[in-house]
Formats: sequence, structure tokens, C-alpha cells
Amino acid sequence: MKNKSFRFKAVDVLYLLMTILPFAFGMVLKVMTTPVSEGIAISGARIFFSLKMPLQNLVITESQINSWLVMVSIFGLCLYFTHGLSPSQPSKRQLIAEWVVEKVDGIIKENMGEYFAGFAPFIAAILGLSAFSSLSSLTGLYPPTSDINVTAGWAILVFILITYYKFKAGPLQYMKSFGDPVPFLAPLNIISEVATPVSMAFRHYGNVLSGAVISVLIATALQGLSSMLLGWLPGLLGDIPFLQIGLPAILSLYFDVFSGLLQAYIFAMLTMLYVAGGFPQDEYEKRKAKKQNKI
Amino acid sequence: MLELAIGIILGCCALGAGMAMIAGIGPGIGEGNAVAKACEAIGRQPECKGSVTTTMLMGCAIAETTGLYALVIAILLIFVAPNTLVNILMNFVG
Repeated sequence: MKNKSFRFKAVDVLYLLMTILPFAFGMVLKVMTTPVSEGIAISGARIFFSLKMPLQNLVITESQINSWLVMVSIFGLCLYFTHGLSPSQPSKRQLIAEWVVEKVDGIIKENMGEYFAGFAPFIAAILGLSAFSSLSSLTGLYPPTSDINVTAGWAILVFILITYYKFKAGPLQYMKSFGDPVPFLAPLNIISEVATPVSMAFRHYGNVLSGAVISVLIATALQGLSSMLLGWLPGLLGDIPFLQIGLPAILSLYFDVFSGLLQAYIFAMLTMLYVAGGFPQDEYEKRKAKKQNKI
Repeated sequence: MLELAIGIILGCCALGAGMAMIAGIGPGIGEGNAVAKACEAIGRQPECKGSVTTTMLMGCAIAETTGLYALVIAILLIFVAPNTLVNILMNFVG
């Protein structure tokens, strides 16, 4: 295993660059496009340009660009981990990749059952995309998950999946599920149906956004405090905000790393629970048996 | 007169944001209860610490949702609403 060919190593380096370069590109883009006078400010995603579209102009914002960068980065990471797979002599990275796949498969089987075993790639994709998007704020990028449009897009995707699996037992069964337990409560059931994607989108977006807002507030406060306490230092020394060095990192550990990963896990977990919970297993099997009897 | 109107807009936005965050009481109490019960459960059965902790974290994050709704409204009221409302007023005045 030690004597890998030059070509293998070159491809490895290429994949690693594919993982890291998107973040560097995003940072450069951010530095180039941020106006000088802005300073510390709380603002939404910046609009880079807008495309002419028939109904409404399609705006390309920072969050779209950043989520594509995150996707490219995850793609590079996956390629790196699955490069040079061998059944007889597994390398370290192959073991890591196998561990991840087995773990996700185990979670799916535990929470969704055998019928949904094919769901593993989708759940892993949501988990990875959400976690990497939230963690990308560690490099100073605008985290795509702090834009409601991104999380709302994911939530609508999950809503479509839930409805699709509810329809599996026939449209009649789907309509009947709204009249449960009594038909009188149908409006409330419809509201709770719509509330699912809304609450999923707002939960993820609110958590990441609140972290970003609190970080900015703390950074501003520390800047003011350090200019008040250390402003008497002569010359340039007085202008350097010493208190801003290192202290915001402790908060970022909670808001960016812990909160971001927890929200990614919860989004994936709720997707699994809602999709598996909405699927009427017994009715589906009954319907299947009936269809087979007809033939 | 215009200054007074703009002042009322800014003040009411700040007041509204503050009042929206009263909703933070609910998730606080709820999460406290959840963690207390989880601690009791772990104390009774230390061997199922792992599953209790993950379930508790998930429940906490879901209980946090109502607080986050309030937070989103408060952030909108502080950073977005004043500009929009003052613009509307300016258009109205002409």
C-alpha cells in the first residue's frame, strides 16, 4: 500500500483541492465584493446580479453561490474518500467512508424501517449539506442556512416527499387521513399539514441566524469596549481591537459548531420521522394484496 | 411633525421587538423541565445515558421552535421593519 503510483497521488491532491478551494474562492469573492465602508453590520445575503425571467427577475444571491460552493466541496470530499477502494486491503479513508455509510444505514433502519432502506443517500445528503453549510460560517462565509429561502427549499422538498408517501395507499385514504379522528377537525389537520414545512424551515433558519446576529453584536460590543479601555495607547496600537481577538471564537464554538451540527441532525431526523410516520403501512399492504388478487 | 412620526415608528418597532421576546419564557421553562427529567432518568438508569441524551437534545431543539419564531419576528422588527415603514411614510407624505 505504501508505494502508490504518482498518478494516484496526483488525483488525490486534485480531490483535496476540490474540497478546499471552493471555500477559498468564496472568501476571495466575499473580500472582493464587500464595500469598504460597511464595517460590521447585520444584513441579508448580498445580491450579485439578477437574470431576466418572464414572471419575476431571478436574483443570484450570496446564499446560492455559497451553497453551490458547499456542494462542490462535499463532492470533492466524497471523491477523496472513495478513491482507490479495494475489497482486500482497505485503506484508512475507505474505513472512514464505510463507517459513515454503515452508520447512516443503521439510523435509517432504526427510525424508518426496512421499506425505506433506499432513503439513506437522501438523508445523508441533507445531513451533509446542512452541516457543511452551517460550518462554512467558520471560514467567514455567509452561511447559506441563515437564508430562509435555502431552508424553505429543503422543507418544501421534504413536504413533497411526505405527501408522496401518504398518497401511496391511494387518494381516498389520503383524504380520509384528514378526517381523523372526527371529520369536524379537518381544517385543523390541514393547518398542521402546512405547518410542518414552515416549522422545519423556520427552526433551522432561526437557529443559524440567531447565532450570526449574536456573534455580530458581541463583536461590535467588544470593539467598543476595547477602544474605550485601550484607546489611550499611542498611535496605531490604540486602533487595534485587542479584545476582539479570540473571545468571539468561544461563542462561535457553540453557535456555529454545536448548534449547526445539532440542527443538521434534527432536520434529518425530522425528515425521517415525518416521512416514515406519514406512510400508512397497513393500508398500503392491504391495497397491494387487493391488486394482486385482481390479477 | 415628520420627526415625531418617525420617532413613533422607531420606538414602536423597538417596543414590539422587546415584547415579542416575552415568548422566550416558554421554551426556557420547557427545556428546563426536559433537562431535569433527563437528569432524573439518567440518575435512575445510568446505562441508557446515550439514548436519553440524544432524545433530550432533539426534544429541546423542537421546544426551542416557538422561541425562535419570536426571535425571527424581533429581528425583523429591529433590522427590517423601520426602513420599510419609514419608506412607506415618506411615500405617503410625498
